Amino acid sequence: MQKIKPLDHLILILGAAILIVPVLMAFASSTHSAAEIHMNGLYLAPGSEGVATYHKVLTQRGGFTGEVTGARMLLNSLILGVGFAVGKIVLSMMAAYALVYFRFRLATPIFWAIFTTLLLPLEVRIMPSYQVMSQLHLLNTYTGLIVPLLASATGTFYFRQFFKSVPDELLEAARIDGAGPVRFFIDILVPLSRTMMAAIFIIMFVYGWNQYLWPMLMTTDEGFFTLMRGIKTILQVWVGSQIPDYNEAFALAVLAMLPPLLVVLVFQRMFIKGLTESDK
Amino acid sequence: MAGITFQGVGKTYAGNVNAVREVTLEVADGEFIVLVGPSGCGKSTLLRMVAGLEEITTGQISIDGRVVNRLDPADRDIAMVFQNYALYPHMSVRENMAYGLRNRRTPRDEIARRVDDAARMLELGPYLDRKPRALSGGQRQRVAMGRAIVRQPAAFLFDEPLSNLDAKLRVAMRGEIRRLQRRLGTTALYVTHDQLEAMTLADRLVVLNGGRVEQIGAPLELYHHPATTFVAGFIGAPAMNLLDARIEGGRVMLAGHDLGPARGPEGAVTLGIRAEDMHPAETGLPMAVDYVEELGSGRIVHGAIDGQPVALALAPGAALPAHLALHIAPEALHLFDTTSGKRLPDALPRPARTGVPA
Repeated sequence: MQKIKPLDHLILILGAAILIVPVLMAFASSTHSAAEIHMNGLYLAPGSEGVATYHKVLTQRGGFTGEVTGARMLLNSLILGVGFAVGKIVLSMMAAYALVYFRFRLATPIFWAIFTTLLLPLEVRIMPSYQVMSQLHLLNTYTGLIVPLLASATGTFYFRQFFKSVPDELLEAARIDGAGPVRFFIDILVPLSRTMMAAIFIIMFVYGWNQYLWPMLMTTDEGFFTLMRGIKTILQVWVGSQIPDYNEAFALAVLAMLPPLLVVLVFQRMFIKGLTESDK
Repeated sequence: MAGITFQGVGKTYAGNVNAVREVTLEVADGEFIVLVGPSGCGKSTLLRMVAGLEEITTGQISIDGRVVNRLDPADRDIAMVFQNYALYPHMSVRENMAYGLRNRRTPRDEIARRVDDAARMLELGPYLDRKPRALSGGQRQRVAMGRAIVRQPAAFLFDEPLSNLDAKLRVAMRGEIRRLQRRLGTTALYVTHDQLEAMTLADRLVVLNGGRVEQIGAPLELYHHPATTFVAGFIGAPAMNLLDARIEGGRVMLAGHDLGPARGPEGAVTLGIRAEDMHPAETGLPMAVDYVEELGSGRIVHGAIDGQPVALALAPGAALPAHLALHIAPEALHLFDTTSGKRLPDALPRPARTGVPA
């Protein structure tokens, strides 16, 4: 039996505390009133205003036009997150399939061209992207929000590496079994990639969920507000004697954490299962 | 079911690497042909050209009288069994076997019937709904064969199918493959580097070396009449002893001993003797014993004649002296040209061996 080492445990407990306490604090504070927080600072113990705050945040119409509710923002964020993740997986899988399985000239240079775009963050090309969308009249649409960001060097790279690890004999067996390129992709590669897809889904969902700059540029209609912008809006009311609704901001932040958490929990299980059950 | 014809088939890879050269071979319907040779001899390339997984650079391959050079693998009416099985890991055994038929739009009840038949033949019934990873190596190999059988192809192609199995299972599966092929009567091409597997399975062997055919023939024909030193050294365990000897005055001379009459050019010659054709005697060729491998049913004695390594197969018995005198019947000698390695067919006055031992 292994000896219990107190120091190791202490380090682990400290690490866990550092990660968990801010989250707890955000949740506890969101259950107090804004005035209490403003006077006493953050709380570690839950207060009594929780239900009211969350109800208000989800249903009260806010923003300049008084049109957009928390639920609406949650929905927008979800659409963005899922749209990003699914779109990126579909697109990068097909790109990787072409790069790995089709022998065409310049396949390798094309891959490296795609790969180098990893070095350029979204912000570098944000103005041209904006202009293109604007000229296509796609501002204030979900299409405009999602499509320009779908091309994914990360996803293409991961799927390319994964496809390269699939044994060639599988392709050959499928060819002898009469499976054409489309069949092979759908019947063999897609099911084999499930774990890879789960991993990419986690990464891309969180990426889409956390988008801030791009939605802010692309949408002026508050019907397209995401949670990230909602939090910002709440804290922007520093005028006169008004104090920001800290509790609401915290409540939104907590809400904003839940879906990615859920996604990670669900897909992580699949991810690990896939990794440990593989027979290679 | 059909024959396969190779006409001057060659394969050249980029960079002018000739993997296979000028292979011409006629495979009869229902025949079990084993392609054998050391790694890199082009045997797998040749098989993959039949399958359509490699392009044919020169020559023609026809299956059932139809030239298949430009046909897709799926249209060649063949089925292949791979070394690493290549089962689809996410499909059950049943789906694995049915996949090729589904792609050919075989009616559902027909698929079910054929899969059940194959499963019964291969004793896979209890495993039909399992995934490949829940099966043992031997079972996976049987699924791979099942996948080939259900297609009812013109020919089976085996690419070292038993290499990933342990020795005992390999022997069992070897028998199973042979029985199955006899029963179905399907033409089979089988690639292996294991000469024992080749000898036991084949109707005819094709020995390949450096992309060229060294010899084609029945296993025992190759054993008793190897056409080259390469075949002599490859077929049989232990391999045929190959010794530097001379023809002098119409006699085969080794280490100063006269082994028998020989026609042919005087001078250096390569002498081949099977390990079981040398017998200890009162007087004869002297051999220094190095060490003995006891096999239970027999023993292999390693030593040297005239400083050249030799293996000798003997029945089990008493301990051996350090020096043996060997008697070799003149009919048991094989003579090969020293430079080309080719058999000198007329060098000995009679066939090296008449009749085939039981």
